[in-house]
Amino acid sequence: MVAVTSTARPRSSRKSGGRQAVRLLILIVIVAVVLYPLLWMLGTSVKSPEEIVNNVGLLPETFTPGNFTAGWGNFDLSFGTFFLNSAMVSLLTVVGNAVSCLLAAYAFARLRFRLRGIWFAVMIGTLLLPGHVLIVPQYILFRSLGLVGGEWPYLPLLIPQFLATEAFFVFLMVQFMRGIPRELDEAAKIDGASPYGIFRHVILPLSRPALVTTAIFSFIWTWNDFFRQLVFLSSLDDYTVPVALTLFIDSTSQSAVGPMFAMSVLSLLPVFLFFLAFQRMLVEGINTSGLKG
Amino acid sequence: MALTTAPGRTGRTGSARPHANRRRVGRDRHAEGLAGYVFLSPWLIGLMGVTAIPMLLSLWLSFTNYDILTPLSEVQWVGLANYERMFTADPSYWHAVRVTLTFALVAVPLKLAAALGVALLLNKAWRGVGLFRALFYLPSLLGGSVALAIVWVNMFNRDGAFNSFLALFGIEGLPWVSDPDWALQTLMVLAIWQFGAPMVIFLAGLKQVPTELYEAASVDGASRWSQFWHVTLPMLSPVIFFNLVLETINGFQGFTAAFVLSNGTGGPVDSTLMYTLKLYISGFTDLEMGYASAMAWVFLIAIGLITAIFFSTGRFWVHYSDGEK
Repeated sequence: MVAVTSTARPRSSRKSGGRQAVRLLILIVIVAVVLYPLLWMLGTSVKSPEEIVNNVGLLPETFTPGNFTAGWGNFDLSFGTFFLNSAMVSLLTVVGNAVSCLLAAYAFARLRFRLRGIWFAVMIGTLLLPGHVLIVPQYILFRSLGLVGGEWPYLPLLIPQFLATEAFFVFLMVQFMRGIPRELDEAAKIDGASPYGIFRHVILPLSRPALVTTAIFSFIWTWNDFFRQLVFLSSLDDYTVPVALTLFIDSTSQSAVGPMFAMSVLSLLPVFLFFLAFQRMLVEGINTSGLKG
Repeated sequence: MALTTAPGRTGRTGSARPHANRRRVGRDRHAEGLAGYVFLSPWLIGLMGVTAIPMLLSLWLSFTNYDILTPLSEVQWVGLANYERMFTADPSYWHAVRVTLTFALVAVPLKLAAALGVALLLNKAWRGVGLFRALFYLPSLLGGSVALAIVWVNMFNRDGAFNSFLALFGIEGLPWVSDPDWALQTLMVLAIWQFGAPMVIFLAGLKQVPTELYEAASVDGASRWSQFWHVTLPMLSPVIFFNLVLETINGFQGFTAAFVLSNGTGGPVDSTLMYTLKLYISGFTDLEMGYASAMAWVFLIAIGLITAIFFSTGRFWVHYSDGEK
């Protein structure tokens, strides 16, 4: 379908062929620039301390996988703990967002109730509300409830996610549900289905694509999130991967660079795998909803 | 897209007994209204507990000297003292404002220009579009992480990869990340590097431009350049507007990379003291939560104003075809 534009215009094929070649060349150069930092990170993660200083090229002369084991055990706790913590927070966030945002979206998209218009406007208003504005009072509230650094310190990170506070996902799902034919609801209603029945048997099964998009984005965003985790996690054994990575910055010694890069690479691996598995869906997901990247 | 909200009348179709049905409709309405609130309840609790009440709490705190150490009941009302201090007695606050505005004013337009430029190149390419699109999008997924910020800092070190690239041309580089004149620029480059997300949105917008418009323009003898100015840009203006609002608001909130580069200080010499980092330092390092709350409210009002300015100027340059939206 893209080719239509070029064939529709009357131009000599040789000229447009030349144009295409130039265009491709420019694109390849841009790809090289864009990918360089990622490849350089990968290369540096397997360089020896001497090479990190002397050889800043992409490829290591001697392959030093030892950085990974050194980084894994660099602190009092192994990175395995941090990875488990991150995975737990991210997966529970996925569950929380999927469930709570789906419920809210169904109400907004399909049910008529008093003040719906007002609540919907409020929800749209919270779309642009910067999370940083709320962090101080949220911290105070959760702390006064004894949840910060409490028995299970992840509650302040997770409670908002189970209360549909990610308006992006509510909005995404509302948009999606508006595309589900209303005739299906009507038919179920005639068969005597209640709003709960319609949700269970019509909307829920048909909303799977929106749920998958929500799940992928909430996983990636939570996995990469730093600000909230930095604020709410205070002891080493509760740290998630991003917070643990900042510990490397404190140790300025040159020998820590390799392990630091190795752990950085590992920390991006889950996101990268998600990208490989779902890249089409990710790209289309931001199209349909205009989500932040 | 809002058309589908008009609800069909309930239960009228296919009914043989209108009276019984009407009663059922009334009951259904009531049940539906109740169900609406049942489904909405998690969101409503979240709105109150996690958003509205904290906002009011922070408004109140902004007029107090609250630090986390004294109990809330012993907090002292200080009137406008926090706001006064912010605007008149805290030079680093103004540094933060300047750093944040500079960052947004420079990085956002460049990022959008890169996104649009690459989208235009990709839009006309015939093969491999999917692959290119995916590769360009990858930085948007990874770039906000601590890991990438670490990589960036090391790349722009005195003996980092960027300087050895410059050395190829005989240029001697600077220690970019520790130079107060250049540290913020390296963060801007990191932001621009993540042009993939707006690019994907531009690409979708470009697909919506009707080919007939280009055909008509080239029949009229319009050059490619004037086609770009008179067809592409106006048709794309809603998408440009959308990206501009979104990226500006995101740009104001940059935190992670500045935190990593400066190890949480905003240095060198406040040069990377993004507003959110200043807020974090006041609230969680200095524990001046009243002061930080005042900062948060000014931030909120500023972002609200900027969004309002966008929307009020938008109608002069954003072109919606066939009265859509």
